[in-house]
Amino acid sequence: MTSIEFRKDLFADERDDTLKEIGKPTIRQDILGHVTGRTPFYDDHQFDGLLHMRAVRSPHHHAEIRRIDISAAEKMPGVRRVVTAKDVPNNLNTLLSLINFGRDDEPLCAHDKVRYKGETVAWVIADTERQARDACAAVRVDYSVLPHVLDVEEALKPDAPVINHIYPNNTFDYHDRYDHQKLRFGDVNAGFARADHIVEAEYQMSPIEQAPIETCGAIAAPETNDRFVCYTNTQALFFSLGTTAKLLNIASSRLHFIGGTAGGGFGGKVDSIVEPTAVLGAILTGRPVRFAWDRAEEMQVGAPRGGERWRIKDGVMRDGRIVAREFSGFFDSGAYMRLSPYAIIKATGHIPGPYTIPNVASNVYCCVTNRTPATAMRGFGITAVDFAIECHMDRVAEVVGMDPIELRILNAYRDGDMKAHRRAAKNTALIECCQVVADKANWPLSAEARAQSSLRGGGGERAAIPETATDTEGRIGERRAGRVASTAPAGGTGKIPAGTASKGVSGVPVQNPDMQIDADRIGHRMGAAPTPGPTPARAPAPPPRAPAAPTPPASYQPPPAPPASYQPPPQPVAPPAAAPPAQTGPYTPAEPFSRGTKRPGTSPFTSGFRRR
Amino acid sequence: MPKTPLTFTLNDGEVAVFVDPGASLIDVLRRGVGDLTPKQGCAQGTCGACTVLIDGKPHLSCLTLAETVEGRRIDTTAGLAGGPNLHPLQKAFMEGFSAQCGFCTSGMLMASKALLDRTPNPTRDEVIEAISGNLCRCTGYEPIVDAILSAAQQGGAR
Repeated sequence: MTSIEFRKDLFADERDDTLKEIGKPTIRQDILGHVTGRTPFYDDHQFDGLLHMRAVRSPHHHAEIRRIDISAAEKMPGVRRVVTAKDVPNNLNTLLSLINFGRDDEPLCAHDKVRYKGETVAWVIADTERQARDACAAVRVDYSVLPHVLDVEEALKPDAPVINHIYPNNTFDYHDRYDHQKLRFGDVNAGFARADHIVEAEYQMSPIEQAPIETCGAIAAPETNDRFVCYTNTQALFFSLGTTAKLLNIASSRLHFIGGTAGGGFGGKVDSIVEPTAVLGAILTGRPVRFAWDRAEEMQVGAPRGGERWRIKDGVMRDGRIVAREFSGFFDSGAYMRLSPYAIIKATGHIPGPYTIPNVASNVYCCVTNRTPATAMRGFGITAVDFAIECHMDRVAEVVGMDPIELRILNAYRDGDMKAHRRAAKNTALIECCQVVADKANWPLSAEARAQSSLRGGGGERAAIPETATDTEGRIGERRAGRVASTAPAGGTGKIPAGTASKGVSGVPVQNPDMQIDADRIGHRMGAAPTPGPTPARAPAPPPRAPAAPTPPASYQPPPAPPASYQPPPQPVAPPAAAPPAQTGPYTPAEPFSRGTKRPGTSPFTSGFRRR
Repeated sequence: MPKTPLTFTLNDGEVAVFVDPGASLIDVLRRGVGDLTPKQGCAQGTCGACTVLIDGKPHLSCLTLAETVEGRRIDTTAGLAGGPNLHPLQKAFMEGFSAQCGFCTSGMLMASKALLDRTPNPTRDEVIEAISGNLCRCTGYEPIVDAILSAAQQGGAR
């Protein structure tokens, strides 16, 4: 595989790493505008004849829209236009469709049903904001309330309401067929079997609102050259432009977006909702239109950092070495996907944190619920799992009776180590960070911990990719008979032998045919894009909640397969019959596995379910 | 709807405008007079970005009925600098990295000007109290408090 060079690596030697700027104020280039009040935020652009647009919003978490009556609102004073879903030319989108990721699942304006409290069902454009508000209250919407679900794991239960038929399992479909994002590195069950302690716990991070002081908003106006200008505080100008062009079915060359000045964003201004709405208003009225959220809308419908639930199970030796780590993650995407599936890919790349652990597994579900859709916020995808990991490190330190900082130094990754996503770690500095933090806090560290360095002790055995179980198609994830999966040791369908990264990423299907060119160029062995199959049935069983208390190691029976050592002996490549376990032929379970089925004698880890 | 005539002093200039009955002061300043320095963050009196001085005292212009300022004096950030010379508070905010997005800055400057005009040498607690009605999501407040104290040392009550 051709290695990919990153800019930060190429120029690492040229950087002036004196770090002398840290902790000292510097004069910003835009500060003069800020202190004189002349910085032009989007709302500081003034237009003659400006109209004001407000949204009519759903009072229900989940409801069918039977009828919308706009006749009374249209007769209200100052009202220029009442706008509904039928006025949106292409009323279905997903944010990442611009990079060909995910299915279009979200309308700009709801028409058949509402899927979260505060979802837009209509807009009013009027001469003043007050008139628009009054007319919004006069729009009559006849709802038929549906049962709703606000918890990620409730949403995965078979009797949970289907929130969006585009994702009928209430989960994102990775590669159009997997209901979760999977990571396998080595054999966690073998690791648990030889561990002295098992430490398990669950962590929950609530949704967090970015709460910029300036709420999301945009002003759009017709220009004389048949284009529409849009002043916006988006954090993603061209993203918003592309999304607007798609939703409104208009050439992007007819859109003139002006932005770059946001009164705070923190991730909450990337969702490209106010821009297409304002431009739609300008198209329909031929006048400048301002569409801005008030504070209540910013808090209610402004997309937050998504809530996440994580369960971590560690196998730990008496001396503090973590030999296996297993994750179950449930990411609350809210009613629509937006950026959440991508956040999970980031989270999976981060697993198992900045530590070198020889056996790692994770299953992460991107769950649809009737909550406000989630979006970006400062490090999203990493923040919650890191919160869980670091809380868990403290728990592990307690169990083994070790200093929590020394435990981190002991398990820290070092330059040259292999990460679980099969890239070698570079420029690592956890050990040095721990040492500095201990110094600053006057925290006593042993001489041995002080002597450690990220630059030494890495690589070698630690650079190896351990043998990892695969399914019959050579994919990581122990898929069996096309409908079952678990994290149990491989029962004979095959293993990816210890080896290099290029072997570890085999068989990843590309979604966009254009990607195949790049995939071939860099030497990834990727499969063809999958063809969409029939709508699959829902998963039959709910996932169980893992016990929060540490489980005594005695309850873990060693699995039948030989435990993988830190550096497993070389295995012959591929043919299933050549794999060491005695079992031959496809593994047939007594009853089909599904999400949440606990296999006796193995971990309570929620197993994967793969759609046919 | 009949409009109400309104006259007041804005940063040393006389202003006469017609306003809608019930209009808020921030709407009159921004859309009526064209002084865009007060910012609207919440329109419900919680964020302080719209803070202006009415007869020297800080007020939330989003909750102030425009008609109540008849004949009174209003100061905004637009009048803070004396020509090309920045106010000591503005200089201190520049040098102290006391603004990131800049949206709260106008309100912070007005609240702190009111403090320094009244209390030229405030304690740190007095500074914190004075800007307690102003929210900032970027800086964490410490650089702002430092800048106000620094401006006070350089004769901020100009």
